[in-house]
Amino acid sequence: MTLTLGHFLSLGAILFALSVIGIFLNRKNLIILLMAIELMLLAVNMNFVAFSYYLGDMRGQIFVFFILTVAAAESAIGLAILVQLFRNKSNINVDELNSLKG
Amino acid sequence: MYKRQLLLFAALRVVTARNPVHAALYLVWTFIQAAMIWLLLGAEFLAMALVLVYVGAVMVLFLFVVMMLDINFDVMRQGFRRHLPLAGVIGVVIALEMAAVLMGGFRTTEPKAMAVLPLAGEASNTRDLGVLLYSEYVLPVQIAAVILLVAMVDAIAWTLRERKDSKHIGVDAQVRVKSRDRLRVVQMAVTQPAREQPPPPAEAAAGAPAAEKKP
Repeated sequence: MTLTLGHFLSLGAILFALSVIGIFLNRKNLIILLMAIELMLLAVNMNFVAFSYYLGDMRGQIFVFFILTVAAAESAIGLAILVQLFRNKSNINVDELNSLKG
Repeated sequence: MYKRQLLLFAALRVVTARNPVHAALYLVWTFIQAAMIWLLLGAEFLAMALVLVYVGAVMVLFLFVVMMLDINFDVMRQGFRRHLPLAGVIGVVIALEMAAVLMGGFRTTEPKAMAVLPLAGEASNTRDLGVLLYSEYVLPVQIAAVILLVAMVDAIAWTLRERKDSKHIGVDAQVRVKSRDRLRVVQMAVTQPAREQPPPPAEAAAGAPAAEKKP
């Protein structure tokens, strides 16, 4: 069996579906939610790299480069907010984060 | 081709692990497997960047935060079983839909040769990427740098907490202070009138015995 582009794309699709499942399952735990978002970004990056290889275009890898940058910044800010949240509420339960609710 | 199965197993364990530390470690495994697949796909620089940036920095940050926060994670898992059927159905539907479309639509087996850039002599992924980044994508690179700087300042500013008994003085206040804020110059006349002289001590000494003689 030769590997086609479809195999790698479906790998990305299954990875994305797994992270969606993770968001559904761990609805209360903010840390696991952040990890699931990282998994989603990894799935997207997988698609970009596969397209870059099979279509012979470096620009897919350039895009992955920028996605990695933004994802690193995002997780740093997310964890900083998480730490601050824990200091103020002693809890990171998503259900109790309703102080902005009108 | 066991890397795919390993990758998916690790990803599954990330979202189902009971302990968040285990979830973070499984996520490290997932990233390493993904980096191997990217190596197979000819993206050597990105695979190394994934290992260095994600495994080396982001996941260490995750582990640090997970271990720093003192949280009862069993409370967090309430509703795990209840959401399991819905999550499973939605996940399977998403995966099957996307896989059906993608496997049907993209039957490409032969990878096209990477478009050779004029500057690249030998085939080097890192060099090609660098040439593209610093020629065609200079502005996005600088925007990415600004994003990273803003993220760093933001994360530090969020979590910075000063001690309550700190004797620290703001540098800006020190620099901005003028001499007239510290020293008060009082305008006075050059000559002053002499003050009233107190009564000479001889009179006081003489008066005291006189008072004693009264009775």
